[in-house]
Amino acid sequence: MNNELLRTPLYEVHVQEGAKIVEFAGWEMPIEYSGIKNEHLTVRSEAGIFDLSHMGEIDVYGPDALEFVNYLVTNEVSNLAEGQCLYSCMCRENGGIIDDLLVYRFPDKGPGDYHFWLIVNASNCDKDYAWVEEHKKGAVTVKNISAETALVAIQGPKSQEILQKFTKADLESLRYYHVLCGDFKGKPAVISRTGYTGEDGFEIYIANEQAAEVWKALREEGGCLPIGLGARDTLRLEAVYSLYGHEITDDTNPINTSLGWVVKLDGGDFIGRDALKKVKEAGAETAIVGLALQGRAIPRSGYAVNDPEGNNVGTVTSGTFSPSLGRGVCLALVKASCRKPGTELTIAVRSRQEKALVQRPPFVKGSVRR
Amino acid sequence: MIPEELKYTKEHEWVRLLDGGIAEIGITDFAQDQLGDIVYVEVPEIGRKLTKDDTFGVVESVKTVSDVYSPLSGEVIAVNEVLCEDGDSFTPEVINKDAYGEGWIIRIKVADPAEIDTLLDAAAYKAVTEEEG
Repeated sequence: MNNELLRTPLYEVHVQEGAKIVEFAGWEMPIEYSGIKNEHLTVRSEAGIFDLSHMGEIDVYGPDALEFVNYLVTNEVSNLAEGQCLYSCMCRENGGIIDDLLVYRFPDKGPGDYHFWLIVNASNCDKDYAWVEEHKKGAVTVKNISAETALVAIQGPKSQEILQKFTKADLESLRYYHVLCGDFKGKPAVISRTGYTGEDGFEIYIANEQAAEVWKALREEGGCLPIGLGARDTLRLEAVYSLYGHEITDDTNPINTSLGWVVKLDGGDFIGRDALKKVKEAGAETAIVGLALQGRAIPRSGYAVNDPEGNNVGTVTSGTFSPSLGRGVCLALVKASCRKPGTELTIAVRSRQEKALVQRPPFVKGSVRR
Repeated sequence: MIPEELKYTKEHEWVRLLDGGIAEIGITDFAQDQLGDIVYVEVPEIGRKLTKDDTFGVVESVKTVSDVYSPLSGEVIAVNEVLCEDGDSFTPEVINKDAYGEGWIIRIKVADPAEIDTLLDAAAYKAVTEEEG
């Protein structure tokens, strides 16, 4: 499949920056530029920019769009105001997670004419789009606009100060998990106050042709460091955000992966509702927890998690060295009885059992404006 | 950066032959660059007898875990203190900064000097890196 890998409009820019390029979800993406630790710590202390153009955007609009999107996702869309964003899961009938996504509600196109974007994982974009098309109902139009839409994120405590130089939109009044249709250097840009790092920051959606200009402005005039997927992963792990394919998959449901808070059983009907209701009533069997290691070993995906008596209670789903804390941290899928912060567990690192403690999330509290 | 005076393996270890039949072993600058920020090293115990090609340790960067293989047979007689996780001076990033010097990993008493001839010289190792890089 090597000859079919996709490239974002910023690929050449990354090569010029000296990035290490790897295959990710069918894309050739920068994994690191100046080093994961340096990139990570710069986002925590200042700001960095990410090329996320591989992510998927599905445009959904029409008089029945609100009802339709609400039927697709587990969270409650009917409470969403124009200009607001929502994190949710999209599930199968059996409750299995097709993807986790952001729902953006834009200002209505006209009275009763709703307009949404679904922001989905690159690895799932084709699957998601097919699912949405297949379940389409009522007066709605669905378009996969991923191929022509570029996405640059700026994350870190200085994000607003830097981005404000390039847009007429009043960023101070754009609240967390809200979105506006504004400009970047006078050209159309959709800007949301969202991210995947635990820091304050924005995601900037532009046409492919604008991507290089946006990147260059933030990089050269804004002085932002470019951040690769390596640091994106360590940042989201410290923030204890799940990643599709690791913490959540087609074979897991939101209730059993600590995403019950995005399942609104009392709202409108949605695909998977009955199955999830049953799981919830029976009680969650498992949970995703954050575990911090006591020693210097580093937990990795697939390592066994045991209780102090040596009984297996789960598996590490993502693990890394935390640049902020200077030690190993991980997310793990464990029995629900082990979910409480302070629970002592061990992680099998090669031949040794390493002590680990369940932590109350997040590992690192960033500058995000809740 | 591939020093002329060292020997190498295809698995990106280097060997420096010291006096008294001692060999110092580490990973190459190419290897550390491929790995990225090194944050953890698992080293063998002193006294452990290694056979050529044994896994004797692990080097971990932020994103990956990599085994380290013994280029020669022999007994471990020293371990770089700054790579020992229980020590106060634990600074595995020395491998990023100085892979061929401060970043050495172990020293062994060579059991079979004839094995030295199986190692690559700098030119042969350079060819390996060019193929992979």
